[in-house]
Amino acid sequence: MSAQGKIIGVDVGGTFTDLFLFDEKERRFKTEKVPSNRGDEAVGFIEGLKKLGAIAEFSSIVHGTTVGTNALLERKGALTGLITTRGFRDVLEMRRRDRPKTWGLWGDFIPVIDRDLRLEVDERVLADGSIRTPVDLDAVKQAAQTLRDKGAQSVAIFFINAYANDANEKAAVAAVRALWPNENVVASSEILPEIREFERVSTTALNAYLQPVVGSYLGKLQDALDADGFKGQFHIVQSNGGVMSTATARRLPIRTALSGPAAGVIAAAEIAKSAGFSNVITGDLGGTSFDVSLIADGRSVLAAQTTIDFGLVIRTPMIEISTIGAGGGSIAHVDKGGLLQVGPESAGSRPGPVCYAQGNDRPTLTDANVVLGRINADRPIGGKLARLDVEAAKAAIANHIAQPLGLDVMAAAEAIVRVANARMAGAIRLVSIERGHDPANFALMPFGGGGVLHAGALVQDVGLKSALVPRFPGITSALGCVIADLRHDQVRTVNWMLDSLDAGALDRLMVSEGRAAEAIVSSAGVAVDRIDIVYELDMHYIGQTHTIAVPLPVSLVQGTTGINASIIQQAFETAYRASFSRLLPGIPMRIVTLRTAAIGRRPAFDLTALAPQATDKKAAHRGTRKVWFGQAWLETAIWSRLDIPVGEIIQGPAILEQPDATTVVDPGLQARIDQLGNVIIERAR
Amino acid sequence: MSKTTLDPVTLAVLKGRLEQIADEMDATLYRSAFNPIIAEARDACHGLYHAETGATLVQGTTGLPIFVGAMAFAVKAVIDKVNREGGLEEGDIFLFNDPYDGGTHLNDFRLVRPIFRHGKLFCWLASVGHWLDIGGNVPGGFNARATESFQEGVRIPPIKLASKGVINQDILAILAANSRVPQSNYGDLNGQLNALDLGEKRLIELLDSYGDAVVTQALDAFTARAATMMRETISALPDGVYHFEDYLDNDGVTDEPLLIALDLTITGDRMTLDFSRSSAPCAGPLNIARSTAVACCYVALKHVFTDVPANAGCLEPITFIIPETTLLGVSPPKPVGGYTETILRVIGVVFGALGHAMPERATAAPFGTINALSIAGHRNDGSRFVMFSFFGGGLGGNPETDGLNHGNNPISMATIPPAEILEASYPVMFTQWALRPDSAGAGFHRGGLGAIYEVEALAESGADVFLLGERGKFAPFGVNGGDAAALNQFAWQTDEGERTPPLASKIADVKIKKGRRVRLETPGGGGWGSAWERDAHQIVRDVRLGYVSVSAAREKYGVIINKDGSLDQQATNALRDGRTA
Repeated sequence: MSAQGKIIGVDVGGTFTDLFLFDEKERRFKTEKVPSNRGDEAVGFIEGLKKLGAIAEFSSIVHGTTVGTNALLERKGALTGLITTRGFRDVLEMRRRDRPKTWGLWGDFIPVIDRDLRLEVDERVLADGSIRTPVDLDAVKQAAQTLRDKGAQSVAIFFINAYANDANEKAAVAAVRALWPNENVVASSEILPEIREFERVSTTALNAYLQPVVGSYLGKLQDALDADGFKGQFHIVQSNGGVMSTATARRLPIRTALSGPAAGVIAAAEIAKSAGFSNVITGDLGGTSFDVSLIADGRSVLAAQTTIDFGLVIRTPMIEISTIGAGGGSIAHVDKGGLLQVGPESAGSRPGPVCYAQGNDRPTLTDANVVLGRINADRPIGGKLARLDVEAAKAAIANHIAQPLGLDVMAAAEAIVRVANARMAGAIRLVSIERGHDPANFALMPFGGGGVLHAGALVQDVGLKSALVPRFPGITSALGCVIADLRHDQVRTVNWMLDSLDAGALDRLMVSEGRAAEAIVSSAGVAVDRIDIVYELDMHYIGQTHTIAVPLPVSLVQGTTGINASIIQQAFETAYRASFSRLLPGIPMRIVTLRTAAIGRRPAFDLTALAPQATDKKAAHRGTRKVWFGQAWLETAIWSRLDIPVGEIIQGPAILEQPDATTVVDPGLQARIDQLGNVIIERAR
Repeated sequence: MSKTTLDPVTLAVLKGRLEQIADEMDATLYRSAFNPIIAEARDACHGLYHAETGATLVQGTTGLPIFVGAMAFAVKAVIDKVNREGGLEEGDIFLFNDPYDGGTHLNDFRLVRPIFRHGKLFCWLASVGHWLDIGGNVPGGFNARATESFQEGVRIPPIKLASKGVINQDILAILAANSRVPQSNYGDLNGQLNALDLGEKRLIELLDSYGDAVVTQALDAFTARAATMMRETISALPDGVYHFEDYLDNDGVTDEPLLIALDLTITGDRMTLDFSRSSAPCAGPLNIARSTAVACCYVALKHVFTDVPANAGCLEPITFIIPETTLLGVSPPKPVGGYTETILRVIGVVFGALGHAMPERATAAPFGTINALSIAGHRNDGSRFVMFSFFGGGLGGNPETDGLNHGNNPISMATIPPAEILEASYPVMFTQWALRPDSAGAGFHRGGLGAIYEVEALAESGADVFLLGERGKFAPFGVNGGDAAALNQFAWQTDEGERTPPLASKIADVKIKKGRRVRLETPGGGGWGSAWERDAHQIVRDVRLGYVSVSAAREKYGVIINKDGSLDQQATNALRDGRTA
């Protein structure tokens, strides 16, 4: 991108579309929030852009999208067909023989491709890669014609053991494309050449299912941008936190599944780094869920796969984001055993909390925050409602919680917040303590509209070092779009024993994989400082079925990686010891999979542009109001957060208000405004 | 609620923290285990147990459900030993697999570790995992013809594997000498030790931050709370005696059906489960010990009453009558290697009897067989292999939905290893891995479909095949007028054509040649409600998807499908009206 242009990040969420504009020349930024238009997200997208200025003047637009995720959750993908090896058409539907819940045997599963659109052909590859039966191309063509006649818009081709030899799949996909020129025809070896047939067919089928939907969405956006004279680059954020071209996104829409949340984590990592924090845990509290992700030494953790919904498995590297069903709309209730529970049932955004007065009468976490005075009932976030109904919220808590537990209303509201905090704390522990990270070394970075309300309590509950509240918690994902690097991931299953490793062959494979990934990144048309090639192996002791990720300390330099067996063994043992207490000397090691990533580093984004200009602390003071903390009402100072000058310290109890979030500083804590305008909540000295 | 002085909020927080400890122990073992039965099928469990009684205090949420019920008995067995012999010290670790003394079957190895605080026993941590092979006549241990436990493998009573933190290497040598796959067992043992190390570390951290007294109070409160919830749940059921019976095909030795009979009595807030009318102990491996029978009743109740917490408290209002004169309460050396099949039938009769007590929530029988299939032999390079796996089937129709296609059994959350992993590891090739049409019980909500797995031997020397399965003669039942599902079927190819087992779903030592195949067809789930009232358009869809054949649509559902797949409304009305008239 031009170093002097206007870059826009656009994050389209379920309720709002958030935009962040950065003008590189003027070193100024602008934010915007418009309602999302569910079902036709392009409308809110263009409307938001126009509010930021003339579209023709923008040099680059980077987009975080949930169009793919929503299409999966709501089963609104395209009519898709599958062509597969004889005997294996049901793999997609049989899953890995699981069930939705540990306890309770009810519930069923409907795959994204109906059984009568899954057609079998003769072909067979064995596990060693040898071809036992060549593919019957006449049968493939006939199957493609049948699918076309039945109205399929896209076709997935999945052959058993294609990870070991993709020749049959390649021949089949070429035959289908020749017969039926169609960009929505994909083979499993093009999407995920990795062992494990269900994970591969699921990822491939979901990709095919999304291609027409995401393709038409991106096409519509591109047309609208073109119509407004947009001449710049248009990119999409992937689930792995990297950016890809729209051409790649149309080919691999499955990689957009966690696009928006991943952008938020990327922004969090960058903000934390600039603020001098290398270890943070992000916490995004929305209406129905709390998303947590860990950044250690400045790096986010990538997970190999995720489950979008029961049976919908996507295997592609994505930022590890753990979700629990606790959000502002989570409903509080007393269970049969007399224990207070918050969530997972949620009132969502419609009808929403009781205080929204839209028909719900069961108390939610937001209602408790309103009753306790933490949320300002006269200034609701998002600006849709004029005022929140505090009395209705109070009555709901009295009826459903206070009475059964024998508490008064305020104690009951406090209890709801504490139980919700405990669940969020549990989610934070899950990604930190349980992975061997000491929370005392981590700061919490809350973002989204609601997370900031609970930051102080979570710091105390989990024993975190502090909380780092970004300057604009509500638009963090949009900011992330502007910051994110370009990235492309590739995977290859090899199944090679370390003992008898042909290091030259591995080096050749690493070089060709690295170059292929690099080519995709450099063809994206975006200026980058440099392209890093990063290698990782999935390895285990022979006999184990799970693998551990082994990052390799090598890169692609002058046509070689310089890899050898002893480098690999050392890297494996380091990684193994970090996960488990005991090495198993004498048992041979195996390399299962090679993972290659090309990362195009974008020019560093200078966050000082976001720093506040204000110098008068008094001007930021908005007076006081009563807020309930622990056992009593405390007269609490209210501040206009964005107007507090750099370097100021506000003692708790205090409430910091801004249009997109409310920060609560509990008694015993203090809030400090750092050089970049972030609020750092820590224990009072 | 019990008279606890702890506030509900601290209780909720501690509940989450303690469950996390057990969950993390589970995760550590899954990731570091060697054999796929633990690593992929999650045949393992961890928890915290009461210092004096061994009662379950806290269980992980991911552990194998049957072990959740059985672990308390394992810890109790260790407590009894310590009470008899004394000498318990910090850093000790006990190991055993004795099915008659708190175990399940010989493959399940338990590690039990005391946790001390200030020199005094605070509680126990325990880990159980299914090891791949522990000797005996059949690779993998599922010996369908065993008549004594000695033919099933090596039996180890509770012994000290480690004293004061030092592992007794002699014991490891004995274990290694008694398995076909010593390296796999050694890897799994290390995984279980990893899990216990981690559990202890986490628990001590928790006790340090909350104080021992607070945690103890919380543990007592959880137990009391579970008991309260179970009593309230039972009170909501109408008083009465509810009977249910089902059968096992045979015991693998003698071809006679075995009766599993339950008389379930509800009186106020108490429930009695009386199995006295069940068959006597059998010659083959289909017996179970009393502790296993109690454990699987717990699993059944948890599936029906899903919101009752998983600890010992929920068994407090329940009385079990399991006489030693039945196959559900046997002593050594009666063989118990096929316990998985028997407990599935016990769980089924609990579902059935409870279905009579609350027909509106009745669930039809799941497929109800483990199908422990072992394909063993030698690779072309002479090395030995044992491919051992359990297979899936359909779940039962229920008030809300059709049953799930190809699910796992109620006793486990086991996932099946991928065919590609099996083919990469063993000289076999799957020729079919598919849903089985017409295998589900018909119903207003039909059962889920079972599966067909067909495997070809690739090694020059062929393979030996062993199967311990069930439901070959008695199909999974339907409820509220729903139909039973299809029977389990097994066949193998020989020079003289296809063969089926004389004892339905159990064979040992069948030899197949290179290029020959075996085929397993598993049952679906039973149906819920009358099939003749199922929406005809749903049947059209079932036929289009190949779940139900055109002839079954007519015979089981009274629905006539035209040649083009559309509904013949007139003929259907005539057929359906004619039946009700």
